[in-house]
Amino acid sequence: MNRFSYLRAGSIEEAVKAAAADASARFIAGGTNLVDLMKYNVERPTRLIDITRLPLNTIEETESGGLRLGAMTTNDDVAHDALVRSRYPLLASAILAGASPQLRNAATTGGNLLQRTRCYYFYDTATPCNKREPGTGCPATFGRNRIHAILGTSDHCIATHPSDMCVALAALEAVIHVAGPDGERTIPISEFHRLPGDRPEIDTTLQHGEIITAVELPRTDFGVHHTYLKLRDRLSYAFALVSVAAALRMDGNTIAEARLALGGVAHKPWRDPDAEAMLRGHPASAELFAGVADHILREAKGFEDNAFKIDLARRGIVRALSQAAAGTPQSQTDKRIR
Amino acid sequence: MSEIQNHPSPALDKVPVTLTVNGKTRTVEVLPWTVLLDLLRDHLGLTGTKKGCDHGQCGACTVLIDGKRMNSCMALAVMKDGASITTIEGLAVDGELHPLQQAFIDHDAFQCGYCTPGQICSGVALIQEGRARTRDEIREWMSGNICRCGAYTNIVDAIEQVLGSTTEAAQ
Amino acid sequence: MLKAHGYVGAPQNRVDGRAKVTGEARYAAEFDAPDLAYGIVISSAVAKGRITSIDASAALAIPGVVQVFTHENRPRTAWFNRNYRDDVAPPGSPFRPLYDEQVVYSGQPIALVVADEFEIAAHAASLVRIEYEIDTHMTDLDIKRSEAYVPPKKRSGVTPPPSPRGDADQAFARAPVKVHAEYRIAIEHHNPMEPHASTVIYEEDGKLTIHDKTQGVQNSQRYVSGVFGLSSDQVRVVSPFVGGAFGSGLRPQYQLFLAVMAALELKRSVRVVLTRDQMFTFGYRPQAIQTISLGANPDGTLQSIMHDAVQTTSSFEDYQEVIVNWSNLLYHCDNVKLTYSLAQVDTYTPSDMRAPGAATGVTAIETAMDELAYAAGIDPVELRLRNYTEVDEANKRDFTSKELRACYQLGAERFGWSKRNPQPRSMRERRELVGWGMATGVWEAFMQKTAARAVLGADGHLDVSTATSDIGTGTYTILTQIAADTLGVPIDKVTTRIGDSSLSKSPVQGGSWTAASAGTAVQVACRSVRETLFKYAREMDGSPLANASLEHVSFADGRIVLTNDQETGISFTDIMRARGVDKVEAEEKAAPGMMTSMRYSGYSHSAVFAEVRVDEELGIVRVTRIVNAVAAGTILNPKTARSQIIGGIVFGMGMALEEESLLDHNLGRFMNHNLAEYHVPVNADIHDIDVIFVSEHDDKLNPMGIKGLGEIGIVGTAAAIGNAIFHATGKRIRDYPITVDKILGS
Repeated sequence: MNRFSYLRAGSIEEAVKAAAADASARFIAGGTNLVDLMKYNVERPTRLIDITRLPLNTIEETESGGLRLGAMTTNDDVAHDALVRSRYPLLASAILAGASPQLRNAATTGGNLLQRTRCYYFYDTATPCNKREPGTGCPATFGRNRIHAILGTSDHCIATHPSDMCVALAALEAVIHVAGPDGERTIPISEFHRLPGDRPEIDTTLQHGEIITAVELPRTDFGVHHTYLKLRDRLSYAFALVSVAAALRMDGNTIAEARLALGGVAHKPWRDPDAEAMLRGHPASAELFAGVADHILREAKGFEDNAFKIDLARRGIVRALSQAAAGTPQSQTDKRIR
Repeated sequence: MSEIQNHPSPALDKVPVTLTVNGKTRTVEVLPWTVLLDLLRDHLGLTGTKKGCDHGQCGACTVLIDGKRMNSCMALAVMKDGASITTIEGLAVDGELHPLQQAFIDHDAFQCGYCTPGQICSGVALIQEGRARTRDEIREWMSGNICRCGAYTNIVDAIEQVLGSTTEAAQ
Repeated sequence: MLKAHGYVGAPQNRVDGRAKVTGEARYAAEFDAPDLAYGIVISSAVAKGRITSIDASAALAIPGVVQVFTHENRPRTAWFNRNYRDDVAPPGSPFRPLYDEQVVYSGQPIALVVADEFEIAAHAASLVRIEYEIDTHMTDLDIKRSEAYVPPKKRSGVTPPPSPRGDADQAFARAPVKVHAEYRIAIEHHNPMEPHASTVIYEEDGKLTIHDKTQGVQNSQRYVSGVFGLSSDQVRVVSPFVGGAFGSGLRPQYQLFLAVMAALELKRSVRVVLTRDQMFTFGYRPQAIQTISLGANPDGTLQSIMHDAVQTTSSFEDYQEVIVNWSNLLYHCDNVKLTYSLAQVDTYTPSDMRAPGAATGVTAIETAMDELAYAAGIDPVELRLRNYTEVDEANKRDFTSKELRACYQLGAERFGWSKRNPQPRSMRERRELVGWGMATGVWEAFMQKTAARAVLGADGHLDVSTATSDIGTGTYTILTQIAADTLGVPIDKVTTRIGDSSLSKSPVQGGSWTAASAGTAVQVACRSVRETLFKYAREMDGSPLANASLEHVSFADGRIVLTNDQETGISFTDIMRARGVDKVEAEEKAAPGMMTSMRYSGYSHSAVFAEVRVDEELGIVRVTRIVNAVAAGTILNPKTARSQIIGGIVFGMGMALEEESLLDHNLGRFMNHNLAEYHVPVNADIHDIDVIFVSEHDDKLNPMGIKGLGEIGIVGTAAAIGNAIFHATGKRIRDYPITVDKILGS
């Protein structure tokens, strides 16, 4: 743990100004990831800007019929919100699949977007890691990589993004609202997280000094045919080996619209617009789903410990699409997979 | 904007934190990186709240912060200034155990006892949340509290019993 | 004999329950002292090599930092290995923290930062810079097994494999039904919920009072005395509560050395608590690779058992377990060859973890027996009955008692085993394949020499004490029950004190021997008090018991009465008043009978039945039902006993499906060193668990017929689950834990 100075921000403007003035400052909200990483000396900010008292904790309807989740809403607030549950049950389900009730009471919507990887090596300062210390190497590639990525990896990094919430947000095409020194802007979720490439130390396209103010959910019609299927090493309180967020709009047995995002397999929630296009206009069938899975995973690459994830993801995609098509979403409390 | 500590100085400057802990107002001066768990244990001597992993991975440090269950190991104390905290020491009233404390004894819902305060605080919150109806739901929503002694079935029995009596009382 | 109030054998709530549910129970890191300093350990980043420099200047510049201890400035400690050897040390040279610049394993403690506050120490520790010269390390058992060796020096208490009997190779070659396979058990770490911690209180007279997380306060005391050259009256170890241990607290761990070192050097109280990550930097259940060959007749009767195991140890100690002996102990066979060897890797020495050896070896033999059942086409329970042995064949001894047959029968009945279709993949419910599997469990019923003291006050209050521990096992409660019954006092008039090195001599708490050992000692001490009290009663003027004998009186409700005439008697208070004493006390020892140990073998047994549901396409496993029928002699407290078995089963479920410490052999380092990535079972993993205690009378082991329950619950559980997964899926997985990749894999 390093020493830092603490600042309690009274307004968004003040928070942004304070962050912009200090390259090693960090915003802190729920702390469930940042404090964790600070205790491991992975993150060593010299200044923490507490944004929990900013007025960003509401859930409001937008004019276009969507919802706007304040960045300081907690996972628990969002998962149990009546509007979220009725309009975006996929999101509620994904949130409830992650972490524990205690963590969901602390973790925020904004913070969850910025959750860092669970890669063993990233977390262990005794080992090299390009994400933590650029240029030191990636021991995961030749080491223990059971929990690592199979899609979108680079020679520099094979870490995954660990959030469940973000997988649902990707499927729902959420838009991230941010405020920064140069004013406000929005970032589509698909452009928010990035692939590691040769700069694995950069997780997102958020610029230093920018603060997430809200997540906007566009109006959708995925209230019935959806599922969040999380496959992991124990039945709760574990990160996903593979997770699948599936949302369909059905016209009889024909898929009118489809969204599909994978978690636990890449440096960002993984979406494949071509695969979704393969579903549109076709009747739901196991063969179709298998074809879509193969397409999504066509360039998947396994490493020594995690090659099984390719097969697991294929099976998970087929099951999740079947659940969504049938309108039988996965329960996060009954562990029998539907 | 309240500027609590502007610049790191060679001396380690402490910040005052005022909390209502089990109904009593307490003010302590701590370094900014002090987490609530260590404040309770080391600075207030309330060692009933346990440190099992210090990283939000076990739930032994669970307390109620403004009525909600949270991992006190992940909460910087300074950020909770003004909050109301309930720990295991605050559940019994005038020496009479909370019904869940008694149910834990009656169902032998612990062995070594180290995860127990966190389990009980978490269980009290689960009952207050009012969402759990089935054993599956109790299991899932108690999964943030690891018990290495493996008392899980007895923990579910204890919570189910209190939940049953609470539900009956409400009807 | 123990009938006064009938506490023994009846379910009793834990006597320490209230302390535990209110947070009043204090664990090692929770004792305060004036001017307490906090120590944080810095661990080696490399697996092997030497430290070339440690720069602590930035840390020492922080106000409030007291000292940074390293090998360069540590105080002198004892020279000889023997001073570092604790009661359960295996043969070899015990690890010495901060001894010199050599690094022998990744995670080795290499510095201790001591500061006025925990937060200051935490910050300062992050500023210490260490440079290493790196040597080549080796942590891969698959490579090192080629250099495996039979340990030249036997570890005390661990029986080496017996000499071969018959001709197992030839019998195997001739057998019409054969099983031959390799079984693997992953490395596991104990991970008790309480991290290891020591609070060393430096008293005004320079004596030390130490609150240590340990399973043996006197073991810790002897270690500290030996290493730091202190007389035993200068060191007192007091650990009334221990937050789980499962074997990790048998040996004194390095935080104890470091905290004592700092306290003595600084003449100040010091607390050192390990982080969860550092809980992966000492003992662990070693990886084992086992090869089993079973040859049988078509009717399933075994003609040959060959069981070989190689497991890891460190470069400095020959850690040993009993792994292979169980195969012949469980099953009758005339041709038996059991072999065991060690391979050195660059980690810390492994250590006993819940049912050490048995959890490993029985998992393998019970998986192999399931394979034999399928190879011979015989029901798995029937196969075990056909090979049942009534004697310990290797040692040619009878068992003190063995109700394993009843375990099979009662467990199978409760589980509904007769409805099982033996065909793999034959049972399913919707998307899930249902599998039923079973296995046998076994653990030795040990007893160790233990002393206890009983003090009966004139006010009727009884105080019993011995230096053993309660790591969650229920020791406080069973000792209280035994004492209350033996002297006929109500249970709330009994105080049991344990976990203090100044109390009567007791071994470490482990091996499931505490109930039998400390329980018997308390009983004997209470009986001695009984006899004295009765003598006083008879000698009273006009005593109504003057002509009675001890056999004809009862002790109940604080009185001695004639058994046949309960109205006639004298209260303890009156007896002591008449005698002019305010208490009657006795300290007595209990030890296993030599003749019994020479003539008999004592074991607890179990039959574990498991139901799993495996999602056919996704390979996700749920363990929906476990029935475990246990024969473990006298059950002192069915309530806490059931919890012990449930806990063992949950541990076994972790072993079966989840637990594995992942070594990166390139770095020689465990990588999933935390509770998020090292998976132990959570509440959602655990469904119905049914425990049956099979009635078992044992009049040979010890006066009360106690066998112990700490280990037996885990033994057999992993194999039963693995066998159920085979029944569900038709896939035999011989590599534990059985994770989803193995279920889906080809």
